[in-house]
Parts: sequence; structure tokens; C-alpha cells
Amino acid sequence: MKAAERLARDPNLKAVVREVEASLDAARRQDVSRRTFLKLTGLAGGGLTLAFYLGSPSVAQSQEATGEFAPNAFLTISSDGSILIYNKNPEVGQGIKTAFPMIVAEELDANWNHVRVEQSPIDEAVYGRQAAGGSRSIPSSWDQLREAGAAARAMLVSAASEMWGVPVDECSTANSIVTHDATGRQLTYGELAESAASLPVPDPGSLMLKARDDYRLIGKRITGVDNEKIVTGQPLFGIDTTLPGMVYASYSKCPATGGRVRDANFDEIRSLPGVQDAFALEGNDTVTELMPGVAIVGDSTWATQSARTSLRVDWDESEASTDSWSGLVEQAQGLSLQTGSETIRDFGNVEEAFEGADQTLEAFYSYPFVSHAPLEPQNCTAWYRDGGIEIWAPSQTPQRAIQNVANVLSIPEERVTLHQTRIGGGFGRRLLNDYVCEVAAIAREVGVPVKLQWSREDDMAHDFYRPGGFHALKASLDGTGRLSGWEDHFITFTHDGRSPVSGGETRGGEFPEGLLDNFRLTQSMLTLATPTGPWRAPRSNAIAFAVQSFYHELAVAAGRDHLEMLLEIMGEPRWLEEGNVGVLNTGRAAEVIKLAAAQAGWGQPLPPGRGLGLAFYFSHAGHFAEVADVSVDGNRRLSVHKVTVAGDVGPIVNLSGAENQCQGAVMDGLSTMLGLEITMENGRVQQSNFHQYPLMRINNAPVVDVHFIESDFPPTGLGEPALPPLAPAICNAIYAATGHRVRTLPLSKDGFSV
Amino acid sequence: MVRLNVNGKEHVLEEVDASTPLLWVLRDHLGLVGTKFGCGGGYCGACTVQLNGRPIRSCTTPSSAAEGQAIRTIESLAADGILHPLQAAWIEHDVPQCGYCQAGQLMSAAALLARNSSPSDADIDSAMRGNLCRCGTYQRIRAAIHSAAEKLGGAA
Repeated sequence: MKAAERLARDPNLKAVVREVEASLDAARRQDVSRRTFLKLTGLAGGGLTLAFYLGSPSVAQSQEATGEFAPNAFLTISSDGSILIYNKNPEVGQGIKTAFPMIVAEELDANWNHVRVEQSPIDEAVYGRQAAGGSRSIPSSWDQLREAGAAARAMLVSAASEMWGVPVDECSTANSIVTHDATGRQLTYGELAESAASLPVPDPGSLMLKARDDYRLIGKRITGVDNEKIVTGQPLFGIDTTLPGMVYASYSKCPATGGRVRDANFDEIRSLPGVQDAFALEGNDTVTELMPGVAIVGDSTWATQSARTSLRVDWDESEASTDSWSGLVEQAQGLSLQTGSETIRDFGNVEEAFEGADQTLEAFYSYPFVSHAPLEPQNCTAWYRDGGIEIWAPSQTPQRAIQNVANVLSIPEERVTLHQTRIGGGFGRRLLNDYVCEVAAIAREVGVPVKLQWSREDDMAHDFYRPGGFHALKASLDGTGRLSGWEDHFITFTHDGRSPVSGGETRGGEFPEGLLDNFRLTQSMLTLATPTGPWRAPRSNAIAFAVQSFYHELAVAAGRDHLEMLLEIMGEPRWLEEGNVGVLNTGRAAEVIKLAAAQAGWGQPLPPGRGLGLAFYFSHAGHFAEVADVSVDGNRRLSVHKVTVAGDVGPIVNLSGAENQCQGAVMDGLSTMLGLEITMENGRVQQSNFHQYPLMRINNAPVVDVHFIESDFPPTGLGEPALPPLAPAICNAIYAATGHRVRTLPLSKDGFSV
Repeated sequence: MVRLNVNGKEHVLEEVDASTPLLWVLRDHLGLVGTKFGCGGGYCGACTVQLNGRPIRSCTTPSSAAEGQAIRTIESLAADGILHPLQAAWIEHDVPQCGYCQAGQLMSAAALLARNSSPSDADIDSAMRGNLCRCGTYQRIRAAIHSAAEKLGGAA
């Protein structure tokens, strides 16, 4: 029990869920209401620098007056015409380092070729929220970034109009040039930067933002700003950090979460070649920060990694996890026979619907734990000196990392400086900062710069896994073949017996809630001591498989076309909560469903053994429908020919990046459902590396055909919502091709392979 | 002691044990951090470099096994500041998402094009299946390799 209790009281697990789940609209309001502009002048080159200051305008003005405010800017226009735009959020592969500057450059009317992008400092007072998670970056920063660009543009136009002695409304901008339309006179932004810097910053409320028809950059395909560095192998990622006099470290924790170090062969380890020191850390009994383990410090990564093969630790496992996946599955199967102990939702009268039904169907769906497995294993570099620490971190939540480190080292947050690096994949793993805390604690011991490098085996053994889950579903069809009642008994996990584990919650609002009168969702929880956390499209990534497969089962039972029945349940176009982008809009849903079906050739005759499967899901403010085209041979070998994706997330910022996210979500979804599974026995995760966790390779990668409906709704994020419909679309296609219904993932459990 | 020829330059590394995997010699001792660590077991291909033009997994190759041979890393794929057609195609097709696997992908792809100037999809799949991409950029990798092959063919 101790291991589960430890997780239950872990403050970061709950906080990180808030981070990725908080209302999008609330995030927008907060960033807008606290914002004011601050102009910075007197920098080298005499250009125009604009920053935001989040806080009291009077404080901002006083700092502006003294010129003491640090140049934490959004953008700087230099007299030579170059434009520097800071990207404030971590780049984890979601493309934000390109998309954010595009939004600024659009309103600025900058020539994109003049734009250079740098990662901004981490400073909440200046930048507000800096995090990558929950597909929230675009919706929470859209207005802020547009106003930054528009404010600078307005100042440049004012400067030109003063020089020419003409009204501002006679001037236009394009490609980093202001033009007086009547006379054809032109001044470049570089030529105007110095005089623009002497003008007052306009009130954000006075700014004219562009209409979508006027966009020149937003919506185009723009290649990633770091791509040249990536393809030439220049240092970018956390793992690439190199500091003068740097030493290297490994950190070995108990394979069963929560085990403590009784003793280890420290003397033997210290005597090995290249090893400088070996010592135990007690930790603060917080899995998301610092757990007990043995640090080995050496003069190269290999020295520490090879020394680890000789490390013998005597673990005290009295307070460690003893979880067994096979045992948990057995318990869940027992529970599935009854209604859940807790009622989450109960609308209408499900019993009555079932009694009066033409037919009822029941099915039990399950899915396993999975790991994030980002390709860059966890690592972090730190330098502790003079009571403070400097950190180079590939973290999705750098502001929280600063708090975590301050807590672990018992130093004020002001003494923690964090440099954000590019991140070699996150998928939610790097929302938690355990590896950052570990290197911080090691750095304090060694007193010189130190890089902590996890092995792949560390990464797979010490994840915050996507929890598995079980859905006992029952639904009824009325005499017209229409869904009349739906009940889901969701069996999930808990650390404390009171609330579900991180990533294993259901908050309501999942399909088909809100779309029929008689709906009940109940929940039971099994005690778990394995750490869990958000994984790309938390909750929805798994629930979609169960509910969208089951809805197809109902269509089959009713003898109806799945497309028609999916459109039927969406019904009249309506927003289930007017104005809340986090809530389903049935009109947007129907449009993406129709588009995906049309593009995929829904209804076309196919040869035996080949089928199309359709699924829709709404998550993270994105409406997505997908159609999978799948063949299955007599040995249950799958060929996924094509996946058609139709999505509506409002206006698209970077079309190339947006398509990349959808293509990636399909590959991720397919890779995961094919054969990925984390199992644990006696508290130990049984998979150690990619030979036991076989991510999909290029030879099995389908063609992904992406289509967007660029509606006028506020733009929302794309890191997540294209993933959930993939698994049910594939399973529905397998059914169409073979008549076999998949109710357990991964597909390898049912004997399918690729 | 180990003696390596990396990107045309001879290095004599007195302090390095010859059993050290090539990957860590490149990264920690020579500062060539473009070659990435992903798994340490030869499964993921992030550490791919070329040995005499052949793609190898540097994480499972002892540096002693690379002595006296031509080692080429991502840092030398662009010659004299001119991007290799594959690098240009990678940028044109906006292949990377997180970008972490791409150095290894490019070194495998460059070895493929060196021996097969117009690979089919099946040739690409066969040559590139040792390189995992966790972000799933496979479709763009295929397109970029085709595009680079066309440019190379056009120049010949």
C-alpha cells in the first residue's frame, strides 16, 4: 500500500493533469487580461524590441523608464532589417517553434526570410504559461502573439507616416516594407526600426488584427525553423549539451518503484576505469521528483554506463510496488460482471431503454499500459554553484521543473535558472521532471557541470505509463435501429481508493454522452502502485477505441450503414456548450465525418479480405474523423493501405506542420495498437528495450491522407486530437474485412501481425 | 588507445579504451553530437553512421572495430557547406517532427542512394527499416528520398 499512497499524495501528478486539462477558454482569458506591452529601446543596433509584461502596467512602465527590464522580448527588429522572434514554449516535435513565430510574423507583415527564431528564456512573469502539453499552446497564445505582431506593425506604420507627413491609413505593409499607396514611397522595417522605437506602444485594444482572407503566411506550408540544424547534426537537443569541465552521470533506481538503497558495492564501482565517484541519494519520496538510487559519476557516458553493469544494489523493497498486470486483469474481469461502484453520469433512464429495446448488445473492451518511449532517452545537464543551479533541460514543463528543483534542493526558485533545449519527443513523458531533479541533486554533490544520461532501459522501467483500462459496455437499439440507451462500466485504477490515477480518469463528455437521452457511466477502481501519467490525448487515446468500436458493433447489429448511423447520432448541428471550444460541436463533427468518408471512397465495393473502417472522435478541442483501408490475409496479417484523416481545429497556422501532426498521430496510434504493451509483475516492468516494445517501422507505415476544414472557430492545437479515432477505425476495418471483432489491444493478442 | 578516421580526419585518442562503442567516442570525446543515442542495443538506428560507406549502428560497434576504416557522420554529409540532396529534400519536405532520429535516417538514406540511384518504395522500406522514428515521419522520409534521387539522377 505504501507505494500506492506515495503516488496518491504526489503533488506533481495532479498538477500536471491540471496543466494539460485546464479549460482552454480560461487559459485564453488569463493570458489576455494580465497582459500589457513593454517597449525596450537602447539595445545594440538601436532597433525596436517589443516585449510583453504580464502584470501591473505601472510596474512595466517604471521598468521601461529605467531601462532595467531584462530583454525578454517577443520580437526585435534591427536596423539592418533582420527580425528576431522568440518562441516561448518548448519544442517537442509539435512544431510550435515554427508556428508561434509565424503568427507574430503574419500580423507584423514580415518577410519570413528576414525572420530568425530563438528559444526564449523561461520566465513566467514575462511570458505567462510556458509548457507543451494538452494541445494548448496555440489556443492559449493565439491572441497574445497576434497582438505582438500587430503592435510592432502599428508602430512601424506610425513611424513611416510621420516621416512622410501622411495619415497612417494611407500606408500599407507587406514583406517587411511600409508603402505610401498614393505616391509609391517605401521604407523598409529596418529603416524604420529606430524611429518606431521612439513611439509609444499602442494600447492592445486599439490594434487592428487581420481578417483571415488577408493572411499571407498563416495557412501556408512552412518548413521547420530548426530543420537545417537537424539535418546537419548541429547541437540542439538536451542530450547535446556540452559544458567546459563537464562530467557524466548515471542514476540507478529500484526496478520496483519505491525501493530504497540498503547498500551497494560503492568501493568496487569507484575503482572502475573512468569512474570518479559513486554514491546513494535518499530522495524526497516523491516519484515525480527524486526517488532513492545510486549515482555513478565518471569522465564519459560510457564509463558510467559500463560501470553500471558491475553495480550490485541491495534494495529494500518493503515499500515498493508489487503490482501484477495479470492479477489486475483477473480482478477487472470479475468486476466487469457488475455495475461500477461509483456513478459518474446518469441521464434519463437506462434500464427503461434497455427493457423497451428491440435489441441490446454487451461487450467487454480492454487495453494495456503503454510507455511514452520518446526516442531521446531522458537526460539533463546541471551546474550547481554558489547556492544556485543552472539547468539545461528537455522538459515539457520548464516552469514546473524550476519549482521541482527548488523543492528538491531546498533553495529559492530564483536561484534556479533553466535553459530550454529542443526535445527529442515527449508524448507527455516530459511533463514530469524526475530526471531534472535527479541531475540537480547529483550536481550539488559534484560541484561541476554534470550531464545525467538515462539508458533506454531506465526510460522503459521508470515511465509514467498510460494506464490500461476496461470498459464493460451495454447499449440498446430501438425498433428503428436507433441508439436508445448506453451504459459504460469503466474499470480503471486508483492510488488512494478515492480518485483515479493520472491518465486513467474519465471526466464525462466522452462519446456518446450528450447525444442521447439515456446514458449512464459508472466506475470501479483497482489499486495500483505503478506510476501513470498523461500520454498523447490522455483518456481519449484509449476510450475512443472502446466506444467507437462498440458503436460500429451497434451499426452492424442494426444492419445499418456505419456512416449514416454516425451522422444520425450527431443529429442537428449544435454546440453542446455554446462558446466552449472544449466541448463537442455536432455540426463540425458531421462535416469531418462526411469529408473523411467522401475522400476515402466510403461505400465502394472492395475485394474479399479488404475493408474500410470509420471512426470519429472529439478531444482536446479537435474534431477528427478517420477512415482506414485495411486488408487481412488468412494468417491474420494486416496491410494498412491508407488512412484518410479529416479534421477541424479552426484555421491552420502551418499547413505542413499540421499535416505532420496528423500523419504522426496516425503512425503513433497504429504503432501502439499493433503490438505495444507494458506489463508488470512483482512491481517490475517486464519490457526493457525496443526488441520487447516494437515500435512500428517504415515498412509497415501506411499512406496518410490529411484534409482540414478550416472553420472560423478559434484555432486549437493539433498534437493530440488526430490520434484517438485511429484505433477504432482500424478495428472497424478489420471487422469489415474479416467479420472478426477486436475488443482487446494490442492486436497481437488476437493473433494479428503486420 | 584508439585511432579513428572520422570525416576524413585522423584522431588518436590516448585516453579512450578501444572497447568503447563508437557512438560515445564520437559524442563525448570528439564532440560530434549529431549522432544520437536511442537504445544502446542496435534496435532504433538513431546512432547510424557510415563505415566505408555502409550504414552501421555505432552504439553496438566497439571503436576498435572501426580503426583503420573511413567513418562518416552526419556532420560531414554536407560537403563544403553545400547540403547533400537528401538534406535539401528533408528541408523541402519538412520531414522532421522532433528531429531526433533524422541524423540516423539520413545516414541510412545516403548509403542507400550511393548504391541505388533510383530506389523503389520497397527498396526504401528495406534499407530504412532499421531506423525507428517515434514521431512517425515515415511517409515524408519516403517522399524525400524519392525527391533526392530524382535530383541526383537529373544531375548525372
